[in-house]
Amino acid sequence: MYRYDAFDADYLSARNAEFRTQVARRIDGRLTEDEFKPLRLQNGLYLQLHAYMLRVAIPYGTLSADQMRVLAEVADRWDKGYGHFTTRQNIQFNWVRLADTPDILDRLAEAGLHAIQTSGNCIRNVTADHFAGAAADEIEDPRPLAELIRQWSTAHPEFLFLPRKFKIAVSGTPADRAVTMAHDIGLRALRGPGREVGYAVILGGGMGRTPMLGKVVRDFVPKADLLAYLEAILAVYNLHGRRDNKYKARIKILVHETGLEALKAEIEAEFARRKRLFDGPEVVPAEDELTRIAAYFAPPALTDRPEVSAIEARARAADPAFALWAEVNTHPHRTPGHAIVTVSLKVPGEAPGDATSAQMRALADLADRYSLGELRISHLQNVILPHVARDDLPALHAALVRHGLATANAGLITDIIACPGLDYCALATARSIPVAQDIARRFAEPQKARAIGAFEIKISGCINACGHHHVGHVGILGLEKAGVESYQITLGGDPGPAAAVGERAGPGLAAEEVGPAMERLVAAYLAHRAGPAERFVDTYRRVGAEPFRHAIYHGKAA
Amino acid sequence: MPVISLSGRPVSDPVAFIRPEALSAPLPEAAAVALDLDATVDVAALSPYLSRVALIRVAFPGFADGRGFSLARRLRAMGYRGRIRAHGPLIPDQRAALEGCGFDEVELAAVVLDRQGGAAAWSARPARSPFDRRRQRPASSRATAA
Repeated sequence: MYRYDAFDADYLSARNAEFRTQVARRIDGRLTEDEFKPLRLQNGLYLQLHAYMLRVAIPYGTLSADQMRVLAEVADRWDKGYGHFTTRQNIQFNWVRLADTPDILDRLAEAGLHAIQTSGNCIRNVTADHFAGAAADEIEDPRPLAELIRQWSTAHPEFLFLPRKFKIAVSGTPADRAVTMAHDIGLRALRGPGREVGYAVILGGGMGRTPMLGKVVRDFVPKADLLAYLEAILAVYNLHGRRDNKYKARIKILVHETGLEALKAEIEAEFARRKRLFDGPEVVPAEDELTRIAAYFAPPALTDRPEVSAIEARARAADPAFALWAEVNTHPHRTPGHAIVTVSLKVPGEAPGDATSAQMRALADLADRYSLGELRISHLQNVILPHVARDDLPALHAALVRHGLATANAGLITDIIACPGLDYCALATARSIPVAQDIARRFAEPQKARAIGAFEIKISGCINACGHHHVGHVGILGLEKAGVESYQITLGGDPGPAAAVGERAGPGLAAEEVGPAMERLVAAYLAHRAGPAERFVDTYRRVGAEPFRHAIYHGKAA
Repeated sequence: MPVISLSGRPVSDPVAFIRPEALSAPLPEAAAVALDLDATVDVAALSPYLSRVALIRVAFPGFADGRGFSLARRLRAMGYRGRIRAHGPLIPDQRAALEGCGFDEVELAAVVLDRQGGAAAWSARPARSPFDRRRQRPASSRATAA
């Protein structure tokens, strides 16, 4: 993984010193609150309902065991002993004090961590496939490109005062685990005519009030041209994106209002100009920089082991709980005899995506022991151990059980994505966490959840859709009607390659009605599915909405 | 209004600024023109005239309205070598961004500059950022580098 060198470290140090003086200048009035706001947002400090929240970047979701230990330390020293992993592969600390933030940033910088541009009208954390560099289905590891984009976008002089936030995601596989269809820019690896790897550029996807799937603006951009192409898009957006209305200011609106072809013409004209800049004699070519960065992402030296692990097989036979966990929470690794392990942070009844400092330290130790010291955070708010020998799975599972981290529900109905919601967030119109907890408890029995199969529920506590409910197989949107929480259900969303925005099922439900409605919905799915391999979203596409609308709205208790 | 130099090039105020619409009218032979641009201007249309322009002033309606940064960058990419001035309620923390896009100077209201702490507030030299990493030498108003 990428290691910060002296250049990077010096920059963090200088930037944190600058932030320290910005806080002081805010206090003595040399900066107004309006002026201070983008400065603190671009250092990750976001004002929530109860306190400041610090959003620390985990670039493309990759971190080391040592970095995880520092996050645990921050949670203990400056917060309430836990952190929340987000749908953009960041971690949030919900209870920090403004006065402590410069010290927190300094401590993070010692571990090569920061909160740069995790908020504000700028380019945000570049997210990537959480199985990158480990999954067998990759065309290439997208993370060197994600790191190149991160460096290019960090304090980019032209793009720090955009009309609105800008989110980029990179996928190295057609299986697209990075939700590229729902980002301002999504990049998808593919092979060009000469088998060289390049990227399709997908533009103008997004969630929020007006969910839209991105459109392909360029089928294929060679890697050497990608930064110039991104600059062209950002320049056109910076100049022409709306600044009159905060809710119409994302690039998806610009695409919608201008038309893709007209906008593409502007982008291509700008790209021709930018290419000259990037090819100039003063600039290190992107290929050279990518080569330098890619060296940090060389595949780990794993020894081939037998495909089938005898140790694992014996443990599966002896322990049904382990067998279920091994079946549900592991994904095939490119190296025989290894697995990618998902550690679910969705314990039924607990707040989704949260981890205590003790759990973070345990995960760091387990990563050192079983995963070459590396972890990932997925946009599904779970922790990944990417390089585990299958022989080690039983011992790993036993350790996870001791720390309450062995919930065998990756991708299942109790693996619910939820935003922080009204319990934390000043923007929220409804609580999301209690709804998630209620649903999860109803399906908590592991074999029951396993029998239901892959089922993605996503919950947002307001129309800003941070829970990504639009692309949930079942989406739940918490609104407020006449002072009472009202939950809208959407059906048939999909975040993957067959991306789709969910369709509204009908009128909103009261909080206590949601859980029972979910039970009726699942019963209808089980009754209609062609077989256990047909996911809910596929059954929905095949039979239509009517049986599921009926299940949600009829059969309610009088 | 006070003008703070960022690039070290001498600041001088022109006799008058003209608007882009006036460019197509015949200009006095040896005149060095000073141009006043809104954030909505199409800079490509200025291309035939740039060699006659000594100073371009770009409006920032608010410090958080970042269009001027792209306008300056486009002007430099078009080969413009004169001075570029940012005009608006910018803050000293934007110095690195202004310089990185090719601005030479910033003009802001005296009362705003006073509240910021005066010209001294603008004197800090920004650190090189990861964006600068790919450059062999820092961007300057004489360069057309990315």
